Amino acid sequence: MNMAFAFDCGLAVVVTGVAGWIVLTRATFGAVAGFVGFGLLLTLAWVRLAAIDVALTEAAIGSLAGALMLSATARLRPREPTTAVGPGPMSRVVAALLSAVIAAALAAAVLSLPDPAPTLTPAAAEHAAATGLGNPVTNVLMAFRAMDTLLEKVVLLLALVGVWSLAPDRFWGGRPSLLRRVEPGGTLDFLARLLPPVGIVAGIYVLWEGANHPGGAFQGGTILASMWLLVLMAGIAEAPAVGSRRLRLTLIAGPSVFFAVGLGGLFLGDAFLAYPEAVAKPVILVIEFAMTLTVTVTLALFLAGPPTREPFP
Amino acid sequence: MSAAVFGLCGAAAVGLGLYGLITHPQLLRKILAFNLLGAGVFLVFGVVAHRGAAAGFGGDPVPQALVITGMVVAFAATALAVALLLRLFQATGSATWRADAASQASDGPAGT
Amino acid sequence: MSVLRDIVTATAVVAGAFFFMAGTVGLLRFPDPLTRLHALTKADSLGLGLIVLGLLPRATGLLAALKLILVWLLVQLAGATVAQLIAREARRGMPST
Repeated sequence: MNMAFAFDCGLAVVVTGVAGWIVLTRATFGAVAGFVGFGLLLTLAWVRLAAIDVALTEAAIGSLAGALMLSATARLRPREPTTAVGPGPMSRVVAALLSAVIAAALAAAVLSLPDPAPTLTPAAAEHAAATGLGNPVTNVLMAFRAMDTLLEKVVLLLALVGVWSLAPDRFWGGRPSLLRRVEPGGTLDFLARLLPPVGIVAGIYVLWEGANHPGGAFQGGTILASMWLLVLMAGIAEAPAVGSRRLRLTLIAGPSVFFAVGLGGLFLGDAFLAYPEAVAKPVILVIEFAMTLTVTVTLALFLAGPPTREPFP
Repeated sequence: MSAAVFGLCGAAAVGLGLYGLITHPQLLRKILAFNLLGAGVFLVFGVVAHRGAAAGFGGDPVPQALVITGMVVAFAATALAVALLLRLFQATGSATWRADAASQASDGPAGT
Repeated sequence: MSVLRDIVTATAVVAGAFFFMAGTVGLLRFPDPLTRLHALTKADSLGLGLIVLGLLPRATGLLAALKLILVWLLVQLAGATVAQLIAREARRGMPST
């Protein structure tokens, strides 16, 4: 029973407590605030599980999801009834029993995981020299399971088109509107002029370091997206029109570069997405650069929402 | 050993998220509970990854990569759900699941 | 030498944690959004500064130490700005005195 284990137990108890708060508290704003804290506590848990890349992703994407929920709460606030009638006590008891049974089954599964644990780490370590990257998670994302990453990009694009399609027909191609406070010379304006240069450097640094240390395209792209969102929310720049050609080219840059490299592998190499060993690292860097561009724009546009104004003629 | 603690925490998060998903009438709370459910599942993945540590790495990189992909896709799904929620609120003025709304719809055309 | 380093780290981190506790007590006990913000931002930035100071002897080089200090400065910037924005909104909802 050493200090590290005691810390892990304490952290797990706090995380479970915050999860309980999120579900059981009455006010929606309190639940959303708890969700942001939950994401940051989970980041600590991921570091304790020796998954630094996942910790970075959780910190970045969890905070972005918190911002999404906060903006939704703000828009819903004027008419959301706080005394909405939920299911009756009998249904609540049945739901609680069902959830408890599922949680117990999962806990039993976790406690009876096979020992020694099956693992793909030796296989990943053995082939790590093929790409020359030092970070095993980036290796898996960009080389060993590159197909998953390519399809994930496409899923992001489809979700974005789904969000855009919720606008009325006459707004199609127009600009989305974010909740924003435009106050030239004000505090938010100050932050939005001071922080983005630092944030952009940090985002590109995280992307670049992802080759050999924890980091990568998703984490760096999320940092860049949040900087752009800061600038949009302070009113320093306008959200781009959804129909703009430049925006659409940026959005498809990631998946199309990835797909083109895959086709190149099909015709010039062994299989779809096979990288020739000599140029594996530069090819991966090119794909990552295009991917970061797409991830940045897509994540920021998720928060901006569907277009709400007519496009200029 | 420490990984098992986080696995139990993940199981608790799954249970709590499921309960919140079923019982909350407000749709935004349901989306929050759904995210909680996802976070719990990812924690269980993380436990599997930690137990697969070998060959000098701290954890098995394949489940970690799957979790990263899953987090990004879950965020995309949440964004789409929130956009649908806001559109529903715009169209009907209410973002709360009403148990009597379904029976009202079925009573309308047929009965009085 | 490493004993001295451990003592410095332990003292500074414990002091930083104490300031974080103080800020949290202020958050829970003060009556007013403005007073709570005051307690939170002051105590938290001092607490984080002490923790960073405690971690500096353990940094693995000049670059890592500079990164720690940069983290502290960024948190201060974000914290101060957000506190200002929240305070302005909170004051808007209060009767003028």
